[in-house]
Amino acid sequence: MDFINHQLFIKDINVHIDPIFPKKTAIITHGHADHARFGHDHVIATRQTIDIMKIRYGDKCAKKFTPLRYGQKYSIKNYDFTLYPAGHILGSAQVLIEKNNHRLVITGDYKVGKDETCKNFKLVKCDTLITEATFGLPIFQHPDPKDEIQKLIRSVKINKNNCHIVGAYALGKAQRVMNLLRQQKYNETIYIHGSLEKLCQYYSKEKINIGKFEKVSSKDKNFYEGKIIIAPPSALKDRWSRRFPNPIICMASGWMTVKQRAKQQGIELPLVISDHSDWNELLDTIKKSKAKNILITHGQEDALVYYCKKQNLVSKPLSIQGRSDEEIE
Amino acid sequence: MKKFSSLLHNLILTPSRNTKIKLLQDYFNKLDINRAYALAILSDQLSFQFIKASKLRELVYEQVDQHLFDYSYDYVGDLAETISLIWPTKKEGKSQNLSTLIENIKKIKKSEINTEFSKILSELSNNERWTLIKICTGGLRIGVSERLVKTALADLYNKSVNEIEEIWHGLEFPYENLFQWLKNEISKPKIDFKKLFHPMMLANPIDEEKDFKRLDANEFQAEYKWDGIRVQLMVSSKSVSLYSRTGDNISSAFPEIIEATEGDAVIDGELLVGRNFKPSGFNDLQQRLNRKKASKDLQNKFPVFIRAYDILFYKGKDLRKFSLLERRKYLEKFQKENKTNQIDLSSIINFSTWKELTKYKNNFHDDLNEGVMIKLKNSEYLPGRKKGYWYKWKKNPKLVDAILMYAQRGHGKRSSYYSDFTFGVWKESELVPIGKAYSGYTDKELLVLDKFIRNNTINKFGPVREVKKEIILEVAFDDVFPSTRHKSGVAMRFPRIHRIRWDKPVNEVLTISEFKKEFKLS
Repeated sequence: MDFINHQLFIKDINVHIDPIFPKKTAIITHGHADHARFGHDHVIATRQTIDIMKIRYGDKCAKKFTPLRYGQKYSIKNYDFTLYPAGHILGSAQVLIEKNNHRLVITGDYKVGKDETCKNFKLVKCDTLITEATFGLPIFQHPDPKDEIQKLIRSVKINKNNCHIVGAYALGKAQRVMNLLRQQKYNETIYIHGSLEKLCQYYSKEKINIGKFEKVSSKDKNFYEGKIIIAPPSALKDRWSRRFPNPIICMASGWMTVKQRAKQQGIELPLVISDHSDWNELLDTIKKSKAKNILITHGQEDALVYYCKKQNLVSKPLSIQGRSDEEIE
Repeated sequence: MKKFSSLLHNLILTPSRNTKIKLLQDYFNKLDINRAYALAILSDQLSFQFIKASKLRELVYEQVDQHLFDYSYDYVGDLAETISLIWPTKKEGKSQNLSTLIENIKKIKKSEINTEFSKILSELSNNERWTLIKICTGGLRIGVSERLVKTALADLYNKSVNEIEEIWHGLEFPYENLFQWLKNEISKPKIDFKKLFHPMMLANPIDEEKDFKRLDANEFQAEYKWDGIRVQLMVSSKSVSLYSRTGDNISSAFPEIIEATEGDAVIDGELLVGRNFKPSGFNDLQQRLNRKKASKDLQNKFPVFIRAYDILFYKGKDLRKFSLLERRKYLEKFQKENKTNQIDLSSIINFSTWKELTKYKNNFHDDLNEGVMIKLKNSEYLPGRKKGYWYKWKKNPKLVDAILMYAQRGHGKRSSYYSDFTFGVWKESELVPIGKAYSGYTDKELLVLDKFIRNNTINKFGPVREVKKEIILEVAFDDVFPSTRHKSGVAMRFPRIHRIRWDKPVNEVLTISEFKKEFKLS
């Protein structure tokens, strides 16, 4: 497995996975900005990830695109690459790299739990596993997202004169919240921040059930009483959110597990809805992958490395440049 | 318990004062037995003898791997929250009343704490567990002051909050008389005011620019501000007791005061360590603090006395509505009648202009006071920190430039930020730490420092990060003492980050011997 370095770079064939600077060949696991960047010569990814990159960065964000289906093998010299569903967001993939009978899996961001907005995670057995560890501490045990979304629906029912602004990442989380609301029979129009519009339209086009939505406009202030508005987290603190009537600030994120975190960010209604694996799912994946060698990337790697060593697995942290250890989702 | 824990959960997340009051009122409006327990908890008057932070750690280590707990605690920065999240949830038991649960816990025998209390924790939901642990460790820190709770109650029943404040320290759990009076079922509870701790009158910091233009120097008197602990001494022919600023009875820790004092009065003053009424510094006083008892040896080594500021009662007479000048006469009378080696009077500084007072404030000959107090001559004795009566004017702090060496995540509202900083000065070609600070910076500076630390870590020691030696902090501190416990040989009092010195290169920072010379430690 020494063919790949700590920057997820395969020197032999000049291939990077999720590089943050423009490179010759880049395999992209999913469309979030800390993984998918503008300006590579050749992007290899799922069709949806490529679509998302084009929506966000324009059709010419890479010189050449190679879409891969899940499970379809792609070879460069004696390296075979296969993408498998990661269950993180629409189009998200794990990367299996096979060389001389050694199987290495880069999970990218992933979650094991059910999610109607993307293909669900598929476990891939391997020799070396490079796993994420965003929520790599035993305090993170995500609750059932249905219960969390019910908290929102209940609060909307009780607080009829308020509007609820839900902070959610524009790609993936926003649409998942919308889908969860629909699953729980919330059938009202959902109002969205302008920056979500194209991505929501794309999800709809891909036949993901996010229901009826409409961009927030300068309507009469009271119009938004009793409504749900979804906005990127950055907009919560912005003047943008001040225009609404008695807003109750909500946030859908795995970080909301920690009350002190929610409080720091001024969140009144925290919704623990995550697109990353929680502690138990991370451990379970490590175990079931049968990998003997575990490398751990961005997140709370210390505790997970400690745990793996206790299980007699070879484990060390990989610190990948450009990924802050927190606030990614 | 479910209702109470969701009350606390909502209180901690609500920024609006009005919403908090409404949440409290909704809860208290339901007239059941739980409200007395809730009131005791919210005003920090309920605690369990055997279950403190150290016991809770012991219990959680029985449940989960110690290292995994420590990593998690470091991340969360709040003991109650970490334990509540990490505790393995068994099947939730039947939800219990707050009152039943607390009574059950009180009944647990010391020898059975580990099994019995763990069992209780296992049967609660995350949020209930968090609440219970908060109750055990005391000091909820949910952004609700005792005053806010009283305000909520007063508004709910159309009373004034000052009326509640007045009788508060005479009330006892389960506050039957309070609730009955609030509902107009009985008249206001009669409290024996002489035996009661009276909330102290506190000062606001002076705003040099605004206040001195506005205020007439002739209407004020000044005294030195002493760096001890504020106390209230209650003397009568039957008993003598000493209370801390928060109303805790600390008599047993200072027996020499209790034994020596006579008369009939309630005195407000500063407790200091020293001989012949000459205070010897906070470092010495610390030897006498946080102890339940004081041995003869300790009393001899670190004798204490009270420097009296004010008098609230004299021979049964309530002086609190009198002016400061009139009270001072009574205070002098009391002292003359009851001369002891344990009480002297805070002296009055004569001045006629604010400018003149400056030299007293900065009085560097005498390091043992920390500035001056400025008091309106005709002020009544008013509980709390009312504006416009008493001001404190602190000496300019001492300043030193030091290099940021290590950082650790903070707690409470700064949890998860790298906000605890260790800084040092040169000792030959190495750095030696001289102190640690976790306040003083602006929110913006904190973000900058946090980012610097994440990007410039060169070493990790558990939760502590060592960083590149590039940032110079200007540290303000009240005082510095020689210390044998620290490698540098110095210990600072109340160090805080004054600003970041972007302009200064690290090689211009002092050496430890220069530092000691500058602050007269060698």
